[in-house]
Amino acid sequence: MRGIVARLTSRALQSVLVIFAAASLAFLMLHLAPGDPISGIADASSVPRELRAQWDAQQGYDQPIAVQYTRWIADVARGRLGQSTSHQRPAIDVLGDRLPHTLLLMSLALGASVLLGAAIGAWQGARAGRRPDRAVTTASLLLYSIPEFWFALALLYVFAYRVHILPATGMFDAAMYDSMTPWQQIIDRARHLVLPWLSLTVMGTAVFARYQRATMSDVMREPFVRTARAKGLSEAAVRRQAWRAAILPIVTLAGLSFPALLTGAVFVERVFAWPGMGSALLDAIDKRDYHLVSACVIIGSAMTALGSLLADIVRAFVDPRLRVS
Amino acid sequence: MFTLVPSAIAARTVRWRLPLVFVLMLAAVAVFAPFIAPFSPADLPDNYDVVKNFPPSAAHPFGTDGYGRDVLSRVIYGSRISLTLAFAAVSLALLLGTCYGAVAGLLGGAVDRWLMRFLDVALSIPRLLLLLAVTAFWGALPLSALIILLGTTGWFDVARLVRGEVQALVRRDFILAAQATGVPRARLLGRHLVPHLVPLLVVSATLNVAGTIALEAGLSYLGLGVQPPIASWGNIIKEGAGVMEAQWWLAFFPGLAMVTAVLACNALGDALRDLFAMDQVHA
Repeated sequence: MRGIVARLTSRALQSVLVIFAAASLAFLMLHLAPGDPISGIADASSVPRELRAQWDAQQGYDQPIAVQYTRWIADVARGRLGQSTSHQRPAIDVLGDRLPHTLLLMSLALGASVLLGAAIGAWQGARAGRRPDRAVTTASLLLYSIPEFWFALALLYVFAYRVHILPATGMFDAAMYDSMTPWQQIIDRARHLVLPWLSLTVMGTAVFARYQRATMSDVMREPFVRTARAKGLSEAAVRRQAWRAAILPIVTLAGLSFPALLTGAVFVERVFAWPGMGSALLDAIDKRDYHLVSACVIIGSAMTALGSLLADIVRAFVDPRLRVS
Repeated sequence: MFTLVPSAIAARTVRWRLPLVFVLMLAAVAVFAPFIAPFSPADLPDNYDVVKNFPPSAAHPFGTDGYGRDVLSRVIYGSRISLTLAFAAVSLALLLGTCYGAVAGLLGGAVDRWLMRFLDVALSIPRLLLLLAVTAFWGALPLSALIILLGTTGWFDVARLVRGEVQALVRRDFILAAQATGVPRARLLGRHLVPHLVPLLVVSATLNVAGTIALEAGLSYLGLGVQPPIASWGNIIKEGAGVMEAQWWLAFFPGLAMVTAVLACNALGDALRDLFAMDQVHA
């Protein structure tokens, strides 16, 4: 048990280190970049020098760089990520509004990909090398090789532009939403969710299926599986035993899949105008809203660190081998 | 179970051929683009108002875009940019990752622990967000800067693989024997260690090229990668995405080229991984 606590403590420290590194990187970029947050709001040459000096003093830009850095890290530690110039409010508040939309998309996609991928991969791994397995392997390799943004565009074209059965953009029908009954509102939101969710889930399922197939076919060659067969268990029971050992690496992979999911979400949000963190980031880039951009990098890194920490915690509880060693 | 073995070996030796043919064909298209492309990729035709937005036909198999340019020619020339960029960026990433991983694997101890800790942290910062942030702060980047950026953010997983492989190799008998017979350090690295890293690097490179082609296309689709008038698959798709409802061919055909390239590289990487039994490499 002590081993687990030490390991998890070290992993938690690692997460803090990641956030610190991301914050330092953001500081570096904010300072190396041509221009500064103020030139994002106003044309620098038209601002009187006294007003400019006053702004600098207010923001702390007249301080030595070491002081600014220390203050920035202290601010990030307290959850202050600077002022968003395009939204005229703290960047963290903007993300606080947008992040839940991204998390909804990501969690539904992750849940479905893990379940589907683990089921398909385990099915394949139990009959590795035979024809049905090879056919599914080819199919998942193909789906895995289609970049999400293009797959999303294809879905948009087919289901929204050609057959008109699903809405193209947004989270709900802006014109009609308020006049709907609560039940209709739920249906409307679900219909808007289908295409973005599917875009992320197909790629995710292929990733998890490929991985689960590999771990399952490895486990099927282990001595304990041979023992189970030799003592006369049915093939279904043997596979169930094997699968319990093969499912654990999937937990780790799910935790490590956050950056890939986030990447997919950025593209999918652009294609379907989904108002999440990815859209906020792309808008911020257009508007040179430096603090909002750096806030996205910090929050994205924190989510990644948290994802792998979470996977470690889950593994510590479900994997009996970690408790012994 | 024994009956599985010969067929498994047969499958292993054949599976890399088809993807390799595709990869070589795509490379040939990129190299010989001026001889293959029927039209200029960038120049507007004189009668561009008449020939713009043509659906696919015999004269323009992939149709024409909003400026009357032949989409097939643009996709062919786009392959030059997309493939060169991916190849150059991955080469840089392999170089950086191999050096870093080899240093960590050879020195071991505290140095190795710190280098690995740095890698863990670097891998936790989502690459796309970092790339987007850089383009946000410095604006659209020229091709050379894009290659350097993709290369310097793409070597972390290579470093980890190389480090693991080096750690395993230095314990092997032939390395110990070479050390015992007094082979100089430089020769030990060049003649005995590096050649054994080649299979790992080839597999990792192939899979990374696939990922980098997709990443570049994605960045260009967002308008933050390769900038017009240079045609890349991603920025042709960007042009097509806005007018997809009326002119589907503009986003479809460059996408098809991109998926073919990514698929061929992924399939080749998978097959080579099985061939060399490199189970530790994941795409």
